[in-house]
Amino acid sequence: MSQDQSKDQSMVKQKEMIANHFAKLSTAKESGRKVVYTFVPGNLTELLHSFDLLAVYPEINALQSGMRRKSGAYVTEAEKFGHSEDVCAYVKSDIGMLKAGNIGPTGERLPPPDLLLLSYTGCFTFMKWFELLKREYDCPVVMLHVPYQGDGTLTPDMRKYVVDQIRRDLIPVLEKISGKSYDEDKVKEHLRRSAQAEDDLVWVLESAKHKPSPIDGYFGGVYYIGPIFTAFRGTQDAIDYYRMLRQEVTERIASGQGPITPDGPMGPEKYRLVVEGPPNWTHFHEFWKMFYDEGAVVVASSYTKVGGTYDLGFRHDPDHPLESLAEYCGGCYTNLNLPSRIDLLCKYMTEYQADGLLINSVKSCNSFSAGQLMMMREVERRTGKPTGFVETDLVDPRYFSAANIKNRLESYLQMIEQKRRGALPDKRLADRGDGVLHLEVLP
Amino acid sequence: MQVQQLVEYAEGLYHDTTFSVCKDWKEKHGRAAIGYLPIYVPRELIDAAGMLPVGLLGGRGLVEIIRGDAFYQSYICQIPRSTVELALMGRYDFIDGFLFPSTCDVIRNLSGVWKILFPDKYSHYLDVPQNFEKEIGGRFYERELRHILRDLETIAKKKVSDDDLRQSIASYNDNRHAISDLFALRNAEPWRALATESYLMLYAGCLLPVREHTELIRRYIAAVKQADRPMRDNARVIVTGAFCEQPPLGLVRTLELAGCYIVWDDMSIGRRWLQADVSLEGDPIESLSDAFLRHSITTAVKYEPQLDRTVPLRRLVEKNRAEGVVFAAPSFCDPALLEQPMLTQALDRAGIPWTAFKYAENLGQFQVIREQAGTFADSIKLWSEA
Repeated sequence: MSQDQSKDQSMVKQKEMIANHFAKLSTAKESGRKVVYTFVPGNLTELLHSFDLLAVYPEINALQSGMRRKSGAYVTEAEKFGHSEDVCAYVKSDIGMLKAGNIGPTGERLPPPDLLLLSYTGCFTFMKWFELLKREYDCPVVMLHVPYQGDGTLTPDMRKYVVDQIRRDLIPVLEKISGKSYDEDKVKEHLRRSAQAEDDLVWVLESAKHKPSPIDGYFGGVYYIGPIFTAFRGTQDAIDYYRMLRQEVTERIASGQGPITPDGPMGPEKYRLVVEGPPNWTHFHEFWKMFYDEGAVVVASSYTKVGGTYDLGFRHDPDHPLESLAEYCGGCYTNLNLPSRIDLLCKYMTEYQADGLLINSVKSCNSFSAGQLMMMREVERRTGKPTGFVETDLVDPRYFSAANIKNRLESYLQMIEQKRRGALPDKRLADRGDGVLHLEVLP
Repeated sequence: MQVQQLVEYAEGLYHDTTFSVCKDWKEKHGRAAIGYLPIYVPRELIDAAGMLPVGLLGGRGLVEIIRGDAFYQSYICQIPRSTVELALMGRYDFIDGFLFPSTCDVIRNLSGVWKILFPDKYSHYLDVPQNFEKEIGGRFYERELRHILRDLETIAKKKVSDDDLRQSIASYNDNRHAISDLFALRNAEPWRALATESYLMLYAGCLLPVREHTELIRRYIAAVKQADRPMRDNARVIVTGAFCEQPPLGLVRTLELAGCYIVWDDMSIGRRWLQADVSLEGDPIESLSDAFLRHSITTAVKYEPQLDRTVPLRRLVEKNRAEGVVFAAPSFCDPALLEQPMLTQALDRAGIPWTAFKYAENLGQFQVIREQAGTFADSIKLWSEA
């Protein structure tokens, strides 16, 4: 049996889609296709498609470098150029990859950008990242500033601000670069396709509410979000992929199967977890194995919402194209304030019948990490469920300590087990108004 | 008043982590106080509402962090943990509302921590535009300012008129003139207005009402001009990267003792964010917005649509006749550290000497930095072309 025959057809399909995309990128210069570098959260893929532009996502390149065990050398290379060990390893991996010839995940050289579209959503580092890239490439930069939901809502003023930037600043540049006029009907068609695929994505993510869960909503989830978070949203390929995936998951539910892991179908489901924070990419399979070896399945995660909170009901709307894109940008997970993130995690804990919340805190990403300890306390206080905490990094392998993480994870799962047996009383952190949080035993 | 008295007064304010001068003001005037974090908030709105703007620059190494560390991982800078510590110690109890500007992911997320820890206190995340076109970023910012003004009016129980705003704008314009004069003096005669003292004078602006602060600076300038201070053969340097979490005072003093005249720095830069007057004509909110779009200082947290980021630094070096640049950034400060390589490379190309180190606000040992800065200053003096 070939390796591909042992995989789900949706995985094969996704692999083909990615290969085709990178093949188009590698021949972009010859084929005359223009290339836009942009970021995953708040990306405007449908708009780029309407101009027949090809997108490159530097975070995806960095995480792919992590999975291919190349990021360590790239990070070191960037640090040789003066980049601090304190800052985001995605940036350093990308800079290192660039210095090493900009060879993408499929082994083909990535083309230089014709535009740096700085979709500035939920992460300040993005701005510095593209300032660094701008020094490497002779191309324009367009800033798309997406206001943060500081008070927990996306106001009409915020939407208008984003729409104004798209309409007045971005579209004219896209027209100039592509040599094509803005065609709203094309955008609408892509948005219609996006919404169709988004329906199936949400269905797949929410299938984890079943017991046993047919999917892993974190380690498996990062594969499921791949097409919709990147270059394929708004394409027929994405519709086909998510329809195929949904069918496979339907079959797994019917047969009572759990998630498919790199080692085959997962054994009996013993623990249902919600995970907050991005994964570690340098030791992705090793990290995942620590979970499935213990029978722990992640039923929901915040990371799979970093490119859109579709499970909260958002769909791209062809009837309001630019407004819908603005709404999408503003709704990405890291653009939510901490109280909203906590609400979402508590909702997952309840709706997915989770045993607890585990935070994977990554050194690289303050957008996620700053405030996670507060979030952990608050979720524990509100749900009464145990919370755990491990630390890794995105793509800097120096920050993955397998023994330490495994130890912490096993201790955490033991805590859940003890709680089930009633050995641990339900506790919550209570604010008695004296400025100190007190641990109280629930009646 | 003599220089020594003025400096002692400002140093007293600096070391008072109980904010007694602000509490006294509240008691005397019976009005509210609004705290704000680095880097920039339009304090004119707070002042116009009859309230006291209070700059919150973290613990500055003056408080022991105990509970604050439980809120932040080891790889996050110090300022949010000392800010939380001070709040949990009750030091901010007198403050009636908080503004968290869009400085970085950490300060941004701290606004959410605040909403959870102190749900009964007003707090708002101020999103300043990164689009600098009047009809896009400008209009967005105006709406944001009007929103904040309405909130402040509610706290102050006072309707703010356009004339109130203009009076406050005029006061802050005057304050910026005074600060500009202080920096001009540091530039012209750095041996008179020492960086340590200048920093103390600026910090006083975190606590004092604006008119009182302006008066303090002017008195300091007048006093140091009369003072007999020796001119040393120090190296003229720029210090950059210290715009948010502040270096401990001892570190600034160490740089000076090591032979550096700090002729420009970005400490407490929010006080100098606007580089020109805000217009007193027309709609004052629109004027504040216009000033932000057109006259904001270049700093790491602000997008520069046209400029090469290295250009402003090279201009600063030229304008201040600096002989070298000291990159002093807090550990784990993404905005400052991420741009440092491109700035250092640009300086290398221009043949401008530089040195770099990281600090934390609670740094207690300065010997290594003293040696590094001393060597740097010596190398400039001994081997620079000048």
